[in-house]
Amino acid sequence: MARLTINGRTREIEVDPETPLLWVLREQAGLTGTKFGCGVAQCGACTVLIDGVATRSCTMPASAIAQDQQIVTIEGLSEDGSHPVQQAWLALDVPQCGYCQAGMIMAAAALLNSTPTPSDDDISAEITNICRCGTYNRVRAAIKLAAETMSTSQKG
Amino acid sequence: MTVSILSRRRFLIGTAAGAGGFSLGFHLPFAAQAQERNAILPEVNAWVLIHPDDTVVVRIARSEMGQGTLTGLAQLVAEELACDWSKVTTEYPTPGESLRRNRIWGNFSTGGSRGIRESHEYVRQGGATAREMLVAAAATLWKVPVQECSAANSVITHNPSGQTVTYGAVASLAAHMQPPANVPLKDPKDWKIAGKPLPRLDTRDKLTGKQVYGVDLQLPGMLNASIKACPVFGGKVASFDAAAVSGMPGVRKVVQVDETAVAVVADTWWQAHSALNALPIVWDEGPNTNVTSETIAAMLREGLDAEEAVVGTAIGDVRAALAESAKVVTATYSFPYQAHATMEPMNATARYTTDKCEVWVPTQNGETSLVATAEASGLPMEQCEVYKLHLGGGFGRRGAYQEYVRQAVRLAKEFSGTPVKLIWSREEDMLHGAYHPVTQCRLRAAIDKQGNVSALHMRISGQSILWSLRAEVRETGRDPAVFQGLNDGGAEGAFGYTIPNLLIDHAMRNPPIPPGFWRGVNLNQNALYVECFMDELAHEAGIDPLEFRRKLLVNHPNHLAVLDAVAERIGWEKPAGNGIHRGLAQIMGFGSYVAAAAEVSVTDGQLKIHRIVAATDPGHIVNPSQTERQVEGSFVYGLSACLYGECTINGGRVEQENFDTYEVMRMDQMPAVESILMPSGNFWGGVGEPTIAVAGPAVLNAVFAATGKRIRQLPLKNNSLGV
Repeated sequence: MARLTINGRTREIEVDPETPLLWVLREQAGLTGTKFGCGVAQCGACTVLIDGVATRSCTMPASAIAQDQQIVTIEGLSEDGSHPVQQAWLALDVPQCGYCQAGMIMAAAALLNSTPTPSDDDISAEITNICRCGTYNRVRAAIKLAAETMSTSQKG
Repeated sequence: MTVSILSRRRFLIGTAAGAGGFSLGFHLPFAAQAQERNAILPEVNAWVLIHPDDTVVVRIARSEMGQGTLTGLAQLVAEELACDWSKVTTEYPTPGESLRRNRIWGNFSTGGSRGIRESHEYVRQGGATAREMLVAAAATLWKVPVQECSAANSVITHNPSGQTVTYGAVASLAAHMQPPANVPLKDPKDWKIAGKPLPRLDTRDKLTGKQVYGVDLQLPGMLNASIKACPVFGGKVASFDAAAVSGMPGVRKVVQVDETAVAVVADTWWQAHSALNALPIVWDEGPNTNVTSETIAAMLREGLDAEEAVVGTAIGDVRAALAESAKVVTATYSFPYQAHATMEPMNATARYTTDKCEVWVPTQNGETSLVATAEASGLPMEQCEVYKLHLGGGFGRRGAYQEYVRQAVRLAKEFSGTPVKLIWSREEDMLHGAYHPVTQCRLRAAIDKQGNVSALHMRISGQSILWSLRAEVRETGRDPAVFQGLNDGGAEGAFGYTIPNLLIDHAMRNPPIPPGFWRGVNLNQNALYVECFMDELAHEAGIDPLEFRRKLLVNHPNHLAVLDAVAERIGWEKPAGNGIHRGLAQIMGFGSYVAAAAEVSVTDGQLKIHRIVAATDPGHIVNPSQTERQVEGSFVYGLSACLYGECTINGGRVEQENFDTYEVMRMDQMPAVESILMPSGNFWGGVGEPTIAVAGPAVLNAVFAATGKRIRQLPLKNNSLGV
C-alpha cells in the first residue's frame, strides 16, 4: 500500500511499495503520459515533478515518497495544456514522435521554476533528456519562449 | 443559399464510421454494398470521409512515427479536395479492411522515406476525384451544368447564380456520382494547403499526455508481459524454473514463447518484469559464443582483398588506370553496428480466440504486422486484424521485423479471450535489435598533379540486409541495396562524381548478427566513405575540397547545386572564426539531393560542433517546416552514430544494454542547424533519411581540417578525441 499525492489528489494505492513511481503512475493511477524509456534514469522520458523538482520516476520507489510530497505528472501540469511551457511547445510545434516530450516538458517546467530566465548553458546542463528524433534545438527555443511569456505575465 | 438534401432519403447511406456520417464509397452496409459498388468506384474515394458538419476525415495508410507523414499526406488530399483545412482530421484504415477491399489503400509500408514520395499521386487523385463527385452532386441537386459550379474551402458555388452548398450537405449524394477518371491534378505552384508550413495535426495530444502510444494501450482485463530471449545470437532456452517465481505477486504464468525466449505474464508489467528478472533461466548459447567484434572485423578485412566481388558500377578499366598512375591514394574505413534505440521500446498487445486474433501495435507496416499475426495465431489472415497505434520512434526497426507481434500473439494464445500486452525492457531492445549492418570499405584512387581523378575503386566488404530477408539475394549473393547512393545514374541514388574509370564492388560477408534497415540504411556509410575520401583526395592534390568536388560534379547539376548552397551559406570563401574549421559533404539518396557543411573546433583534444548548414532538394516539399524539422533531427541521429554509436560484440552478444553504455547525442552537444530547402520540381524525393548520411562526413572532414588527423574507424569516440 502506498499513499501518494498525485496532481493535487491524495490516493491510497494498492501496490508493492518498492514499485517504481513510474509504474505506479502508469499501471495503478492510469496516468500513461509519463513514459517508460530505459528504467535506469538515463533517458528522462519518465520525468515528473516532486515538490517542483524534476525527478526520474523509473528508479524512484513509491515508498521513498512521503504523502505530503506533491507529485505532478504531465496530466497535472495544467488542466488543458495551457501551462506556458506547453503553450510554447505548441507555438513552435516542437514534438516529432513525441514520446520523450512529456519528460522534456516536465524537465523544462522544473528548470523555469528554479531559473526563470535560463541561459543556454543552464538549458544544456539541466535538460539531459534523450530525444532520438532530434528536437533539441526546438526544445531550447521553446524553453526560451516560455521563459519570456512567464516573465511578461508576471510583470503584467 | 445552403441546401439541405436530407429529404432525399434514398441517397442516405448509414455508415459504421459515425452516426449520420458518410464515407465516399466506404463502410457501406452489407445489404447495400453490392448494388452501390456498381455505382461508385470506392477505391477512388476511400481516402475521404465527410460528416454533415463538414468535418473531413482523411484516411492515411502510412504510419506516423514523428516524421510528419500523417500531416503531409492529409495536406495533399485536402489540397485536391479543396476543403477547409481547419476541419481536417485523420484516421488509419486497418490492414485487414484494406485486404478485404482488395488493398484499396495501397502500400502500408512506412520506410525508405517513401511515405509521401510513393503515394502522393494516388492520394491526390483520391482527393481530386472526391471533389469532382461533390461538385457533381451539387450540380445534380441544383439541376445545373456541372461546368457552372466550382469548389473551394469546403463550399461549392453555382457561379452564375451565386448559390452555395457545403461539402457536408452534399456528401451523401456525392457517393452516388460516377467517379470521374483521371481528374487532372493541380500544378504545385497553385497549391494553397500543400506546400505550406502548416502546424502538424498531431501536436496537441503530445503535450498533455493524451497521445496513446503502443505501450500506453489499456484494454479491459488486460494482462502484461515481459520477455527475455537468449542474449547470444543463435542461442536457445535450455531450461527455466517457473516454480521459483510462480508465487510472486500478480504472476499468472511463465511461458516459453518459442525456442529462444521466455516470458512472464502478470497482472501488471512491473510484476511481470520483476518475476522475469528473478526467474532462473539456463541458456543453450549455441554456435556463436566465440564471435566478437574482432572476429567480425577480420572476416570483413578478408573481403577487402577477396578475388570475388559483386560489381555494382563498372566504367572503363580501373585496374589498368591504377597500375599506370603515378600517384595512387588508398584508405580503409569501417562502420560499426548501431542500435535503433527508439524511445518507445518494442511492444504489441494481442487478443486471441479460436476464431479471431487482434493485435494493437505501433508499426511501420500494418500489413507485415497482419502477416505476423496470422502466422503466429495459425488463423487465416481474414480472421486477423491489426490496429495501428502511434510510434514512439521507428527508424526502420518496426517495419520488416515483427517478432514482438509474434511473441504477443503466442502469449495471448495462452489466455484465450484475454488481451496480453507485451513490452520489451530497454535491455531486451538493445540486445535484440535489427542492427545497422557492419561494413568496411577500401578506396583506391589515381590522381594526377592537376587534381584529376582518373580512376576510383571502391571495395565494400560486409553485411547485407537483404540477404537476411530475401531468398533471391541468398541465391545470387547480389544485394543491390548495398550500393545505395553509388548507382550509375537513376532516380534513387545516383553517384555524382564523373570518373572515367570507376569500379564499385561488394564482397558480401554476413556475420551472425541480425542486420536491419536503420534510418538512412546503406547510404549512411556509403556517403561517409565517398565524402571523406574525396576530402582526402582534395588534400592530396592540394586543391580546395569544394573546388575539387565542383570539378567532378560538373555533369550532375543537382548534386552540385546543394553543395554550392551549403558552401555559400557557411561562407566557405571567407575565413572561418578563430579556431573554427569547416568540412563539406554531399550525396544523393532516397531520391533527394543533400549536402551539409559543418563548423567545428577542437580545443585540448575536445571536439565541439558549432554549426551545421544543410541543403535539401527533394523535388517537391509538402510541408516546409516539417521538412526543416526532419533535416534538423537528421543531425541528431547521424551525429549520434558518428560520435558514439557502436554495438560491440563479445561472446556472440551485444555488450551495450542501455543508454548508459549506448550513448546518444544530448542537448549540450547539439549544434545550431540551418536548413536550406531548395525543391527544384519535376521529381519526388524522400526527406526523413537522406540528410543523415551527410552529417558524419561533414563533421569528420571538419575534424581533419582542425587536427590534420583522418578518422576512418567509427565511432569518433574511439579515436582519442573528446566528444
